Amino acid sequence: MHTEAAERLVPTPYVVRDAWQETHNVVSLELAPEGDGVLEPCAPGQFNMLWAFGAGEAPISASSVGASGSAVLHTIRQAGNVTRALCAAAPGDVIGLRGPFGRGWPLERARGRDVIVMAGGIGLAPLRPVLEHLETFRDDFGRVTLLYGTRSPEDILFRGELENWRGRFDFDVQVTVDTAVRGWASNVGAVTELLPRAVFEPERSMALLCGPEIMMRFCIQALRGRGVPPEWIHLSMERNMKCAVGLCGHCQWGADFVCKDGPVFPLDRIEGRLSVRER
Amino acid sequence: MKIKSIDALLNEHPFFEGMRPEWLELISGCGRNVAYRPGETIASEGKPCNEFFAVRRGQVAIEIYSPGAGACTIQTLGDGAILGWSWILPPYVWMFDIRAIETTHAVHFDTTCLRDKCDESPEMGYEFMRRFAAVMSDRLRATRLQLLDVYGNSGRAHGSG
Ligand SMILES: Cc1cc2nc3c(=O)[nH]c(=O)nc-3n(C[C@H](O)[C@H](O)[C@H](O)COP(=O)(O)OP(=O)(O)OC[C@H]3O[C@@H](n4cnc5c(N)ncnc54)[C@H](O)[C@@H]3O)c2cc1C
Ligand code: FES
Repeated sequence: MHTEAAERLVPTPYVVRDAWQETHNVVSLELAPEGDGVLEPCAPGQFNMLWAFGAGEAPISASSVGASGSAVLHTIRQAGNVTRALCAAAPGDVIGLRGPFGRGWPLERARGRDVIVMAGGIGLAPLRPVLEHLETFRDDFGRVTLLYGTRSPEDILFRGELENWRGRFDFDVQVTVDTAVRGWASNVGAVTELLPRAVFEPERSMALLCGPEIMMRFCIQALRGRGVPPEWIHLSMERNMKCAVGLCGHCQWGADFVCKDGPVFPLDRIEGRLSVRER
Repeated sequence: MKIKSIDALLNEHPFFEGMRPEWLELISGCGRNVAYRPGETIASEGKPCNEFFAVRRGQVAIEIYSPGAGACTIQTLGDGAILGWSWILPPYVWMFDIRAIETTHAVHFDTTCLRDKCDESPEMGYEFMRRFAAVMSDRLRATRLQLLDVYGNSGRAHGSG
């Protein structure tokens, strides 16, 4: 086995410095190195493997680039055993981390272009670092649009940040939910319904998508309908993982390993495989 | 302030984009400018529907009332939306309540008048229905996505991220 890859299979202990509930089933963890071992920081869109001792490991994206010092921030939605254990972690608990892995969002390529960020549910977490980057380097980009869809008003993530971005005159932020009772003063409907109202130049835009695959397929149709070329649409793909370093083949998807060639892919590279089901 | 004519307003609305000027002029004879304050009811479930609205600016909620649960918003629509197609097919009644969330400016169409004009000019009628079908198909697609509850807990519904 390649030594470097083998080294990347060994988790580094990180301690939970802070943990807070984002919604009823989503928790954010601020993790700091417990000893001398420190991981490289994740670039926007990259992920770490988080090991909940006794439960197992799960790929989780960095949800902010703003954590202080060598700390990392992850936002986790309870899906099954591993994520349930991670969501239950309390300050002082130790979690094993491996990473950072994968290719993130191609923000350098997006310079000078309008940027459309389309997020669904927990998919806003891997895109928050993108929005932080756009905020910091605002002058390097054209129009910035965030279209975020989630299940109900109670499921909205990062409310504080959404308010801040909405308050900026140079960010267009639209949130929609699938259902709401009267009193909710914003949009109800699919995230694709927000697109016709968004102002951008399709030929010189980059779209970044993260959310359930079905949602992304609908978003792709809507973006293509507006004239955004496939090479300028990028998606973060969800595929089960084990080693995360391109050794086990668990995440193989056509000619690519999602763990190392992705998770972010340009649409022109993967379009033909989008409907292929996971093994 | 200069008040725009109805066909000038329609010219700016995406639904009517590229329509022949003589048709726009004909159609605009059936339209009138309307505005609703936030909270105001635009249409009520079960009432006869001989109308539709081309929303110019604002936001409206399509709601359904269920005893015990109160009013539930099914969808919201904003600038450039077309509101109401119950006038096309029997029983010609509104299926939902429509309420303004924000101050909403729209062109209201009398569909009895419009149907007469479409009968006089079948070519225009066909074009009109084609555009309506596109709106309905878009709305249906979006509703399907909404019904799938993709962000819910069932199966692999949480998405990457
Ligand atoms: C690159 C990448 C980045 C991710 N980033 C985040 C993140 O920032 N926050 C977050 O909450 N989740 C993220 N996920 C999803 C997360 O890894 C899975 O929810 C987790 O692995 C499920 O493990 P579990 O043991 O809790 O659930 P399991 O018991 O394994 O599964 C519960 C349900 O989740 C589904 N599932 C399992 N693994 C995955 C997976 N990898 N992707 C999608 N669905 C899966 C299963 O089919 C099942 O329906 C990411 C996934 C990938 C591939
Ligand atoms: S997870 Fe092992 S090759 Fe990708």
